[in-house]
Amino acid sequence: MNMLEFHFCGATLMALGSGALWWPENDLLCVSDLHLGKSERFARRGAPPMPPYETRDTLDRLSRDMDETGAGTIVCLGDSFDDTQAALGLAEAEKLLITTLQAGKKWIWIEGNHDPGPVDLGGSHLVQFLQEPLVFRHIAERDSQGEVSGHYHPKARLAARGRSVARKCFLYDSSRLIMPAYGTYTGGLRSTDDTLTQIMQPDAVAILTGPNPCAIPMPR
Amino acid sequence: MLDRADDPALLLIAPTGGGKTLAGFLPTLAELAQGDHEGMHTLYVSPLKALAADIKRNLTTPVEDMSLPIRIEDRTGDTSATQKKRQRADPPHILLTTPESLALLTSYPDAPRMFAGLQRVVVDEIHALAESKRGDQLFLALARLQTLCPNLRRVGLSATVEDPQAIANLLARHPDPCEILYADPGPDADISMLQTVEAPPWSGGGAAYAIPAVMEQIKAHNTTLIFHNTRAQAEIFFHNLWLANDDSLPIGIHHGSLDRQQRARVEAAMVRGDLRAIVCTGSLDLGIDWGDVDLVIQVGAPKNVKRLIQRIGRANHRYNAPSKALLVPANRFEVVECQAALQAARERDLDGDPRAAGPLDVVCQHILIAACSGPFDENDLFRELSSAGPYASLSRAQFDDCLDFCATGGYALRAYDKWQRLMQRADGLWQLRDPRAAARIRQNIGTIQDTDTLKVRMRRNRGGKPLGEIEESFAATLTPGDTFLIGGQIVRYEGLRELTVEVSRDKGRKPKVATFNGSKFSTSTQLSERILRIFQQDNWPDLPPHTADWLALQRKVSRLPEPGSLLVETFPHDGNEHLCIYGFAGRNAMQTLGLLVTKRMEEMGLAPLGFVATDYATLIWGLDPVEHVAPLFELAALEAGVDQWLAGNAVMKRTFRASATIAGLIERNMQGQRKSGRQATFSSDILYDTLLKYDPDHLLMRITRTEAMRGLVDFARIRVMTKRIEGRIDHIKLDRLSPLSAPLFLEVGKVPIAGQAVERMMKEEAKALMQAAGLAGT
Repeated sequence: MNMLEFHFCGATLMALGSGALWWPENDLLCVSDLHLGKSERFARRGAPPMPPYETRDTLDRLSRDMDETGAGTIVCLGDSFDDTQAALGLAEAEKLLITTLQAGKKWIWIEGNHDPGPVDLGGSHLVQFLQEPLVFRHIAERDSQGEVSGHYHPKARLAARGRSVARKCFLYDSSRLIMPAYGTYTGGLRSTDDTLTQIMQPDAVAILTGPNPCAIPMPR
Repeated sequence: MLDRADDPALLLIAPTGGGKTLAGFLPTLAELAQGDHEGMHTLYVSPLKALAADIKRNLTTPVEDMSLPIRIEDRTGDTSATQKKRQRADPPHILLTTPESLALLTSYPDAPRMFAGLQRVVVDEIHALAESKRGDQLFLALARLQTLCPNLRRVGLSATVEDPQAIANLLARHPDPCEILYADPGPDADISMLQTVEAPPWSGGGAAYAIPAVMEQIKAHNTTLIFHNTRAQAEIFFHNLWLANDDSLPIGIHHGSLDRQQRARVEAAMVRGDLRAIVCTGSLDLGIDWGDVDLVIQVGAPKNVKRLIQRIGRANHRYNAPSKALLVPANRFEVVECQAALQAARERDLDGDPRAAGPLDVVCQHILIAACSGPFDENDLFRELSSAGPYASLSRAQFDDCLDFCATGGYALRAYDKWQRLMQRADGLWQLRDPRAAARIRQNIGTIQDTDTLKVRMRRNRGGKPLGEIEESFAATLTPGDTFLIGGQIVRYEGLRELTVEVSRDKGRKPKVATFNGSKFSTSTQLSERILRIFQQDNWPDLPPHTADWLALQRKVSRLPEPGSLLVETFPHDGNEHLCIYGFAGRNAMQTLGLLVTKRMEEMGLAPLGFVATDYATLIWGLDPVEHVAPLFELAALEAGVDQWLAGNAVMKRTFRASATIAGLIERNMQGQRKSGRQATFSSDILYDTLLKYDPDHLLMRITRTEAMRGLVDFARIRVMTKRIEGRIDHIKLDRLSPLSAPLFLEVGKVPIAGQAVERMMKEEAKALMQAAGLAGT
């Protein structure tokens, strides 16, 4: 599997090339910002009709990561649905796919700003989830320690020999870790954006996703 | 013109500067002089906003002098909102506009009222519009107007073109006839190659060697226009020209990536006659009457004879004197190309490839525009569409596909029946499900593609002077301290601030050159064939000795390429084995050929390492010598390869983005939202990848494939090439490189064959960065 091991607040974690986080010690797989049902929400609001395949694609990728890690606990770190109505409006086949994935697993939906309420799908619904020494929540909070969050969709750019590649990325420093967005229809916020440079400490590291995840000093 | 005033469609062909625009307005002025016409009488459409403003000035003067009761106004993207609103309520007699503004006007429910009484439409510079989707959109808008005003008469004004009938067919309502009038073409132009002391270099496009000779020409003439094929070349040439400008002659630069205000300043100075020379690109190909330009210089081979003739016409615009023009080959091979272009220009043998039927993405946009203007009947709309020249052969099935795409997205997985964009009412008419969608659709009207560019500004406390734009992909390769050329000055990259590139002045260092996509032309088929014929001459008295000797040497050690076969040379050089293919199919096709042949070589275990392509040849290098070249060029195998290779190609993604934007799947303002919405938007590449995976036969994927095949991929010319050679391949094995292949080794733009290279490069770079930052091992 293409992954990169790193140490964060006493935990040994694996950054997967897909953008998922694997914590072998606790048998836990975490993904953030799935934004399932995004195309449906766009169409509902009168925007152009996007190809309606992103929910299936996102779930297929998650399914592969679950198979490869064999994780027993799945944490979806908020904004799992593009909005509450999108969660209700999922096609039957997609709901069934989620139920299949959940079979025999401990499944946790963390609330996000897009999907604040519970959904009619299995699993527990939490504001945050504590698994010592880490805490999982959607949006980073001030003065937190060992916090794993999503929300910002970070991406970073690496230029070498006249070529430049931008990838979704993990950002972490000594106290917090921000996850890349996992959903197929998600964009990224540059690591150089003020929002991110203000949250992250000067020695923060970015792990670029892709076929070979690699760590670089967070571009600012 | 007056004799023909009642024709339903009329095309006037006149050389540049023949006063044809005013001729087009004569019947209008005559009809309006009585003063009893209510509402709009004549609509004038031109490809340039500036041209509309210019014509307004030129028309207003005689109208006011004669105290004619005629109101003339222009309407473009620059017109104020209040003015636009007033124009809709109380239209002028003559409205001057662009295809995009016209399309927008037809999208309003009150369009029938605004155009009530319209008698004539004048399409200026129709030859330029006829080659692009802007024209396709315009002709669809004319079809719409014709429905509103059945007696509408159409007039097209065109520069000299190779196939006037093709343009006439676009202009007229299908299947109406269209008379063609030819104006006096004027005296033959005086064209020659610039004589220089120094011979041109073996490769490159800068033409720096010619700077002293060009400087002398500028001094000897009043005003010189110096045309370049690419913006990058114009920037370098302008920079070098100023380094040699000891007398500080007023010389300006003009191209499409410069800031609008800066361009306007150059244009104004030009009209005043303040400039001695302007270094420019296609941005000055059209329109505005420049006054006393007495010399046109074309730097770099013209690639296309028609464009050369039109450019030459920029000189002596107002006088019935021969235009004077000089060609400056940028390198040794271009000497032959220039010679071929000179011959063709003297024989008035114009080139051009016939345009295929109108593209479907524009049809999709037109359907959405129709929906904005009110409920429509699909049969009526189909009839209207197929009365437009570019869509005369549109099938009902194609139209239905487009309508389905506009209504539901047209996906194999029918997900949006509940949220359709267009819905069919009980009475059978189609309308927008949500009327508020009209505003979004209007924002997206137009077919001009904005590449992803970033504005460049001088760094100051509060927004310094805007200089122009560079492409995002080029900006991404810059690190603070790098220098590059823009608007003729060297600037230092300071950083990126809210999607604006901030720079400071810099002096004396060797600058990088900003790359601009999409401005590279391929040498036309006709010119390529002429070059092959020149090669067949026994000797070359018309060519400068340095070039004639070069060709003679090639004939001695290898052979010269011929029209009826494909010359392929193989030879070792510098530790690698080389294969040089003289296909003469134009840059884009030779590039595609390079990709396809190296792919075949990989399959055959011939370990290709990379290739480079020019308009005339592709040079491939690899570890093993190629003994049998014929299997590499089997058309069937190449065709099979192209589909597979295309799917994952960046060209396809770029083409997809363009078509998806025109068809209304991607909204232009989505790109603007990058500033505020940030993570809310995602790249159109994701949509392409998703469709490729789940719905590869979707309408937009079909459009993308068609567009790419005839655009950047240019597979059509590979077909033409294989047909031309009919399997005859002359394989020459040499023990060293040949004279004709030598310049290819100096070409820039080498393409490495390596899928894993990027990943490996990233890994190495990441490791170095972590070590440098003292973060290794965390």
